[in-house]
Amino acid sequence: MKENTEKGNTVLVNIDGREVAATVGSSLLDAALAAGIHIPHICHDPRLTPTGACRLCLVEIEGERGFQTSCTRTVAQGMKVRTQTEGVRASRKNTLELLLSEHCVDCLTCDKDGDCLLQDYSYEYQADKARFPNVAPAAGEPNYTTESFALEYDPSKCVRCQKCVRYCQEVQMAEAITMANRGGSIEVSTGIGISLNESSCELCGGCVNVCPTSALYDKQAKGLGRSKDLKKVRTTCTYCGVGCQMDFNVNPKTNRIVRVTSEVGCIPNNGSLCVKGKYAFDFVHSPERLTTPLIKENGEFREATWDEALALVGKRMTEIRDQHGPDAIAFLSSSRCTNEENYLMQKLARTAGRTNNIDQCATTCHGPSVAGLGESLGSGAMTNAIVEIEDVQTLFLIGANPTEAHPIVGLAMKKALRKGAKLVVCDPRDTWMAKRADIHIKHKPGTDNMLINAMMGYIIEKNLHDPKFVEERCENYPAFLENLKGYTIEKAAEECGVPAHLIREAAEMYAKGTPSSIFYTLGITEHSCGTNNVRNLANLAMLTGQIGKRSSGINPLRGQNNVQGACDMGAMHMALSGYQKVTDPAVRAKFEAAWGVTLPTNVGGRVTDFMEHAGEGKLKAFYCFGEDPIRSEPNSTKLAEDMAKIDFLVSQEIFMTETAKLADVILPATCFAEKDGTFANTERRIQRVRKAVDAPGQARPDWQIISQVATAMGYPMSYNDPGEIYDEMAALSPNFAGINYERIDKVGIQWPCPTKEHPGTPFLHAGRFTRGLGLFQAIPHTPPVEVPDAEYPMILSTGRTLFNYNIANMTRKTAAIEHKQPENFVEVHRDDAAAIGIKNGDMVKVETRRGSLVVKAHVARKVRPGMIWMAFHHEESNTNLLTNDAFDTTTRTGEYKACSARISKP
Amino acid sequence: MELTVLNSESKAVALEGMSGFHTEWVGGSPRDGAKLLAQRECPMSHPVPEPSGRPLAPGERLPRGDRETLSSRAEEAIRALMVKYPDPLAATLPALYVAQEDMGFTSLAAMKAVARVLQIPEGHVYGVATFYTMYQKKPVGRFHIQVCTNLCCALRGGAQLFERLCERLKVHPGEVSPDGLWSVEEVECLGSCGSGPCLQVNQETYDEFVDDARLDQIIEACRCGDVPEWGK
Repeated sequence: MKENTEKGNTVLVNIDGREVAATVGSSLLDAALAAGIHIPHICHDPRLTPTGACRLCLVEIEGERGFQTSCTRTVAQGMKVRTQTEGVRASRKNTLELLLSEHCVDCLTCDKDGDCLLQDYSYEYQADKARFPNVAPAAGEPNYTTESFALEYDPSKCVRCQKCVRYCQEVQMAEAITMANRGGSIEVSTGIGISLNESSCELCGGCVNVCPTSALYDKQAKGLGRSKDLKKVRTTCTYCGVGCQMDFNVNPKTNRIVRVTSEVGCIPNNGSLCVKGKYAFDFVHSPERLTTPLIKENGEFREATWDEALALVGKRMTEIRDQHGPDAIAFLSSSRCTNEENYLMQKLARTAGRTNNIDQCATTCHGPSVAGLGESLGSGAMTNAIVEIEDVQTLFLIGANPTEAHPIVGLAMKKALRKGAKLVVCDPRDTWMAKRADIHIKHKPGTDNMLINAMMGYIIEKNLHDPKFVEERCENYPAFLENLKGYTIEKAAEECGVPAHLIREAAEMYAKGTPSSIFYTLGITEHSCGTNNVRNLANLAMLTGQIGKRSSGINPLRGQNNVQGACDMGAMHMALSGYQKVTDPAVRAKFEAAWGVTLPTNVGGRVTDFMEHAGEGKLKAFYCFGEDPIRSEPNSTKLAEDMAKIDFLVSQEIFMTETAKLADVILPATCFAEKDGTFANTERRIQRVRKAVDAPGQARPDWQIISQVATAMGYPMSYNDPGEIYDEMAALSPNFAGINYERIDKVGIQWPCPTKEHPGTPFLHAGRFTRGLGLFQAIPHTPPVEVPDAEYPMILSTGRTLFNYNIANMTRKTAAIEHKQPENFVEVHRDDAAAIGIKNGDMVKVETRRGSLVVKAHVARKVRPGMIWMAFHHEESNTNLLTNDAFDTTTRTGEYKACSARISKP
Repeated sequence: MELTVLNSESKAVALEGMSGFHTEWVGGSPRDGAKLLAQRECPMSHPVPEPSGRPLAPGERLPRGDRETLSSRAEEAIRALMVKYPDPLAATLPALYVAQEDMGFTSLAAMKAVARVLQIPEGHVYGVATFYTMYQKKPVGRFHIQVCTNLCCALRGGAQLFERLCERLKVHPGEVSPDGLWSVEEVECLGSCGSGPCLQVNQETYDEFVDDARLDQIIEACRCGDVPEWGK
């Protein structure tokens, strides 16, 4: 039958007298719904295994006794089905009346009014709520959600469809909730008598989103607007790079976002969201938002008018540019902002600023991917689409923690696992994926190349590589092969600190498990050898031919909502939009003609160069847009000192960040909910961002601010709307030329998309690498700049967690998140904790050569012995005081993943 | 496991004020000299949960029990059960019986222990244990006696048998005798409709025409240690 399904074989079913073609294996309910025949259903969700719990989708099937639940019956050729007979309708009415007898029927004050299945069907079937005596559970009894800031469970509205429990178990796989008790007292509950916040709940809000009534609802949305009063605005999430499509439910009367929902079937997230997408929008309406331009005078900020602030920025920036030359000013664009704004920012730098000193935070995260994959394959982006992940046979995760950092990609991987995929995880921590992996290589931080080289040597030794692929599609193989000689499995096992057989098994599993796909994130890139790590993963994919196919390739999961787009738009020193080289004469001529200027010729630099130059006194003016380098770059203390030396600092921001505090002028900007534009997600899909609410105070959309700054600096820019900016960019960039707002109104398109007829490119490098031939490179193993010694005997690695996002000045505004993760912590191995006499929950002092912090210890066996791990979310306990400002030689990316540290009792 | 509430030791956020406008404090309550974190109009006008006087989650209405862990013998027995089934989830029911016998009743700690040994989600165990009435979620005697009073047994004096049992043991349904030995329960069916009345002591069934004399014998057998005790 599976084979038939794959071929798309269909059967004919007669439903209510209509011949309906349905795919073999699909349910009767799905077939009817697809044909536009509505059968009522409450417990059905296409993402979940059908259970037939609600008894509303009953139908009559000819030749069978009684009624059948259409959600649990698969279609068969010649089936004759009737969905609206008198008997079926009477049965449904009866069921609804029984449900109403256990329901408080509280529609007058219910948020879900207008969007409630029970209400809709009760109306349709004219169900009588008084037919049976009401036995609804008393409202207001404490339950597992009473203390939650995020959601609330009201058993008096629960119809026991179990969608929430099934979603939690089957899709999110968090296993936080269950059905407890029996009969009339059955209710949703957490596992074993604990509150939601203490359970394994990941606060994804999936249970709330699937609830057909208002039994589970967003606590903070209570009373702020009924569903029928709210306007839905489809937009793209502003947190990680997955690019989830979500709907802001806005109350137009109050200009407030009331709640966030997502529609089943949308690409790429299929109606699922994570805690950040679902709940972390309180920052939009935060009273801490910047609302007026501020100018610093005598060390104090004062409110200013826009005209005054813009004039000052224009005057000082041009003065410094003219006096000290193009290398004395620099512009930092923002991967959190739209493509249009990033395009304008680099245009501002190169026209009005006359400098190639333009960068954004890709340098801090996936710069090595853009450089390394660009060199090896010709394109620095994720090679495959998110929807392809569920069909991967072997997932190879290295330095990636998708269930926390990219939760919706994590869901796609969970789906692949449920479909039987094998999983190899190389990570020094026991992440969710590592705990469920077939093979978990818990190697020492900074030994990735040792591991990969040994794996490749073994693959060649066992003849598991793809010589045809290597021969036809790649070059420089002999030099690569020569380099591998020094890397045996035994040597790697010793250096990485893992058993040799695991490395062998992992190599075999990856090479054999077609289609295999590599997924990595900052565990690979944030090393002084980050670009080499990336190049070596490209080697591994090419060697085995596991690239250039559906569900097979090498996939850097991008960390920010639009870090892909910020790179695409040319917010980097060496390329203009669409990765067109600044040094290419043809490209220069094209842009010079379009922009009416001579393009700058200075080499330009990266953000880490800017900071270094600031420290040396060479950088005089710095325009910082939607970034807080002081919190996000390594060695914060030194960075703040360096930045203080800048003569004129402009910050275009939504909050008073640490960097903004140092600024001479602050320009209040809008967040993603207050403007239009596009983001490009990690799979190169360009998607719409739409305005949902008005900006606070005098805050202006960033694209307007940038245009006005350019004008003030003597290069007039004027656009009516972001669409105009997009069209200008697309006309200059072949990769995006085929995409416009109209085409991506419903579903985003993956670039390259050169023409209006082109459907977009789900996976890259089919048949031929973007570069032509794939480039093998000989990659040596190099240890981190700082290695443990007697004084600092441990390795400190940093990263982010599920609940907060990066420096967390947005996510921490949400009470539910602050409740779940109120403070900074350090993960310590049990043995190391015992050695200094601390236990779980004690405070511990963490020191490196750059600083020290006292934080709470999470003692377990999650990290390797000799290693500690910290997140960098908490402003009052800034982890980047500790990290090492050592950089990747190619991309100047900081080495956040390995530095030497020691711990002691405070 | 120690339960953390809104207040954690090092950095606590205390919330004061009305719904719609609140003040947040770091480091405990403002009276303890805490630092002001933020004073803000709450964007979502909602009732802020009380940080103190923590209400009970549903499972917490159930007792934990005195013992936190399984005996090594019981743990071994559960591990032996596991290998009988292709999926450890399938071993939940028999494993819960083992835990009940070992820990005296199906306490929350017993459920947690089963989940831990079987390596399955606690929620699954909790859902199963709270669904079936055969798992005693509240403390019972070392000898928990169930008497069937359903139709067939009732016709042959099941109810009277139950009354006499209560008299002999001086215990009411739902109670445990002061010496901790006895508890009794009326149940719907013990599966001996043809030979009632019948009763069950712990996991042992006495299903053949239990009359007064037989009842005495059974009680005596319990006292002599011929019937395995729960929670020993």
